[in-house]
Amino acid sequence: MGRYVIRRLLQMIPVFFGTTLLIFLMVNVMGDPIAGLCGDRRCDPATAAQLRAEFGLDKPVWQQYLTYMGNVFTGDFGTAFNGQKVTELMATAFPITIRLTLIAIVFEIVIGISLGVVTGLRRGRPVDTTVLVLTLVVISVPTFVTGLLLQLVLGVEWGIIKPSVSPQAPVNELLVPGLVLASVSLAYVTRLTRTSIAENARADYVRTATAKGLPRRRVVVRHLLRNSLIPVVTFIGTDVGALMGGAIVTERIFNIHGVGFQLYQGILRQNSQTVVGFVTILVLVFLAANLIVDLLYAVLDPRIRYA
Amino acid sequence: MTTIDKTAEVPSARSGDDHVGPLLEVRDLHVEFHTRDGVAKAVNGVNYSVNAGETLAVLGESGSGKSVTAQAVMGILDMPPGRIPQGEIFFRGQDMLKMSYEERRSIRGQKIAMIFQDALSSLNPVLTVGYQLGEMFRVHQGLSKKEARAKAIGLMDQVKIPAAAARVSDYPHQFSGGMRQRIMIAMALALEPDLIIADEPTTALDVTVQAQVMDLLAELQREYNMGLILITHDLGVVADVADKIAVMYAGRIVETSPVHEIYKRPAHPYTKGLLESIPRLDQKGQELFAIKGLPPNLLNVPSGCAFNPRCVMAQDICRTDIPPLRPVTERDGTDLVGRGSACHFWKETIHG
Repeated sequence: MGRYVIRRLLQMIPVFFGTTLLIFLMVNVMGDPIAGLCGDRRCDPATAAQLRAEFGLDKPVWQQYLTYMGNVFTGDFGTAFNGQKVTELMATAFPITIRLTLIAIVFEIVIGISLGVVTGLRRGRPVDTTVLVLTLVVISVPTFVTGLLLQLVLGVEWGIIKPSVSPQAPVNELLVPGLVLASVSLAYVTRLTRTSIAENARADYVRTATAKGLPRRRVVVRHLLRNSLIPVVTFIGTDVGALMGGAIVTERIFNIHGVGFQLYQGILRQNSQTVVGFVTILVLVFLAANLIVDLLYAVLDPRIRYA
Repeated sequence: MTTIDKTAEVPSARSGDDHVGPLLEVRDLHVEFHTRDGVAKAVNGVNYSVNAGETLAVLGESGSGKSVTAQAVMGILDMPPGRIPQGEIFFRGQDMLKMSYEERRSIRGQKIAMIFQDALSSLNPVLTVGYQLGEMFRVHQGLSKKEARAKAIGLMDQVKIPAAAARVSDYPHQFSGGMRQRIMIAMALALEPDLIIADEPTTALDVTVQAQVMDLLAELQREYNMGLILITHDLGVVADVADKIAVMYAGRIVETSPVHEIYKRPAHPYTKGLLESIPRLDQKGQELFAIKGLPPNLLNVPSGCAFNPRCVMAQDICRTDIPPLRPVTERDGTDLVGRGSACHFWKETIHG
């Protein structure tokens, strides 16, 4: 187990450098970062050259990358062009996004798994068909449509929620955005759980559990669900990373000043330091989430051994 | 139709209830499955009974309805697609088919327990054996986790699993096949039920382990004076442990008999065929007999006697009339206790 973790951590190193390099190159292709600084007018060539030298942008890309990575490892993610430190931006943005992600995950787990169990046990019945159609609708309608629709209906028309989340982003204001963010994954979790439950419901050990005279509830929760959740947990685990980075649309719609908002601003203003910095952290989150999921496998299914 | 009569001298039922008569009595049980292709009649009027301390072996090939009958008794049939259109299952004189779900649940595991064929897939792969054994005590007797664990260790000792205390928190896949089957047996025994149904308990095991497991089962049965229904297709397994035999074919009982007599003088051509297809040392080198043809399709059972297309003795009557299970007598008409055959030509089969 320990050796496995070490091996996985070592494998992460090339993945980490590979992804950061890719991001770095892509941001460089994005356009001239200096051009955006002078507003609508063209920059004065002398000023531009001065800025270029100041930010080290006159050096070759590989050198820029090395300098950047060197700084990253000392905890310096650079400064955004407005003078704010990128780490400061992160300190305000990440807690909000983490809160939003947690809410989304809770929705996925509670609603997704419950619906999955109910439909899986009643396969082919009206409940099952209805939920299946609904999940299909949710999956096929893009998030920005569901998001804007909910914002319009609940926030503007009915006034149940605030259409725009305040800068502190308290939990109660994040509930609807969390649901929007979770919606697609929630539909997948429902379907995944449903299939898994329906498949395992005919398993021999479920029959044994029934033959033992256990109450129906115990058979479903302890025996059936415990086995059926293994693929679902994997999905939710990897989804943590995807949700944190993928909240750009949701955060834009509800004006949440989280990671997605900062990334969007960074891309819009061609602010490479912000973009690379945030994405680097997201890469780390994704890698960590994957490792945890792989380790969880062994906890959930004792037949799996790591060596 | 006749039911199987008492054939073995058995002590009276151990728990203090005043019910007289057989422990379990199945009467005219029918089970059908509604599938896309039609109605599969898996069980068509089965009658049998088991007394305390007695072993009934139900013999038959795959699809003969032996497991389905057992599942109907346990109340673990998948319904739908399964359905019981007709029949009664009396346990201690009470018809279980008329009971509520909760009443039946409290009987399951506590009064009637089942041992399944493939212990690896029948045990939950993600729970420790200690947990799965202890669950019986926790659910039915409300014991604490700790007490249940202690009981589980006791059970594992009883079925002779070495180092039980050390292995109680192991998972099913960490045990060998024989040990896993012992755990299944321990689980069935946990609450000392009155009746155990063993559905091909030794099929997945190698021969030496088979013998060990059967001996263990027989020993525990004697100890607790339980009724045992042994479902198998292995005639060899039956001979040593069973008191009486019921042979099933296409959802019907075609022959019933006390155990040893059936080997000497089968009264049904199907049983005869089964016995002749056992390899024997004194016939080494000769071609082994096999019953020709295939088991019938349950969606479309042949008219008359279901065995007629494969039977060497089949006549016209066999294709039109379903033979009832009739008592079998000696040539001079004296009763053969417990014997019955559902064949138009049982006389020719047994005495010919």
